[in-house]
Amino acid sequence: MTSVLYDAPGPKARRLSRIISVLTALVVIAALAGLIWTLAAPRTTVSGAELPGYFDATRWNIFDREAVWIAIGRGVWGTLSAAGVAAVLALAFGVVLSLLRASELPAVRIPTTIVLEFIRGVPVLLMMLFILLVAGSGAYWAVVGALALYNGAIIGEALRAGIRSLPRGQREAGLSLGLSGLRTRFLIEFPQAFRQMLPIIIAQLVVLLKDTSLGYVVAYPEILFIVGGNMPDSYGSRYQFTFFVVTIAIYLAINLAVSALARFMSRRRIPLG
Amino acid sequence: MDVVLANFPAYIDAFLTTLRLLVVAGLAAFIIGTVVAAMRVSPVAALRAVSATYTELIRNTPLTLVLFFCAAVVPNLFGTFGMSLNPYYLAAATVALAIYTSPFVAEALRSGINGVPVGQAEAARSVGLGFGQTLTTVVLPQAFRMVVPPLINVVIALTKNTSVAAGFGVGELFLLGRRLANANGNAVIPILLGVVTFYLIITIPLGLIANRIEKKVAVLR
Repeated sequence: MTSVLYDAPGPKARRLSRIISVLTALVVIAALAGLIWTLAAPRTTVSGAELPGYFDATRWNIFDREAVWIAIGRGVWGTLSAAGVAAVLALAFGVVLSLLRASELPAVRIPTTIVLEFIRGVPVLLMMLFILLVAGSGAYWAVVGALALYNGAIIGEALRAGIRSLPRGQREAGLSLGLSGLRTRFLIEFPQAFRQMLPIIIAQLVVLLKDTSLGYVVAYPEILFIVGGNMPDSYGSRYQFTFFVVTIAIYLAINLAVSALARFMSRRRIPLG
Repeated sequence: MDVVLANFPAYIDAFLTTLRLLVVAGLAAFIIGTVVAAMRVSPVAALRAVSATYTELIRNTPLTLVLFFCAAVVPNLFGTFGMSLNPYYLAAATVALAIYTSPFVAEALRSGINGVPVGQAEAARSVGLGFGQTLTTVVLPQAFRMVVPPLINVVIALTKNTSVAAGFGVGELFLLGRRLANANGNAVIPILLGVVTFYLIITIPLGLIANRIEKKVAVLR
């Protein structure tokens, strides 16, 4: 790879680069080896009992139980169903917000801006608690509602930026054809803004998916709550690390897949019109 | 409203804890993020690979999981480094927030580095500066200025993320709100609005500053 930041490496620079590469690799390998060694070492609990290291079979032997897999499945379903519904609602809310925010009437635009700033400034965790306690809607809708509101606000802003970045001629052409202002927005500007902002919107959906884990505050049964919290409680803390590894693996698998989709979408230029 | 006024000192206390989390974790994230971004654009392939892996892994892990790792898994593996539990949780929350925020800082900086006109780096190289000198004396100072608005957005996100530390009993604003709301079921709305106000005291001015700087930079270019 060449970069404007440095010259094409000569023999001396290449040697230096190789030396640093080898050193980095050694450091990484040493860190991993240290971690594995720490994990493999037997440990004593506070009560003085001796437990085997984390690679011992007794740390992992719960995965032959059907109940464990059913619980994990329930957690994954909890996360995905909340994220799915929240994503749809967030998109719808984002579209409405961007339309209101780009309105020509100050009486519409200014209140929307204030609401938007408010939503963007409040932690999602607090919104979940607020919906749960004030609306009394149950954990599921507290999680979905808070995620939809917050991410809808972000998506709305992204869409508005997309509309603003279009050449002015697009809107003028729509209006001069005799379309009303709203129809110009929907038929001419919106489809282009949406395509342009698709990578940002998908990245925001990854954030939404990650944030479902905040549902622990309202005791919503998603992956982290079940696999990270509930299961070690019911099967014993000796499996805590095991369940943590499983949780992180599930999240990484889902999120990396969605991120890869985002990258694919941003590379693939969808032809306009 | 009476509950909020009666607990005003507690609010201030919690606000200060939130601020401390924000400032310490923010500075640490900034330092880690700068190093990661520099590694990401460096001529050494291994450093680039390490930095890219780090960014992808952390960015796709929920903050709650990072916090859970620092606060529950690390003591299990290495002990609490001689700290008693409450200070340890505060430290773990700070470290988790710093780690979680650092890739976002790094990505913002990297886009800034890519945004510095090519001629700047070429001019620096043509007067004989090496990679380190080009980066630290010519490119990064301009990149920092350009990424101030996105960095402020990262700080705003961090402000709100500090609320997650409540999961391990760190006495910041969100935990206070939850405690007061549980104890006074009849005054939930004013209590939570009080908490919201303190968050907005931090986030809204930051947002306004970001907007203003964004406009200035837009005029300059």
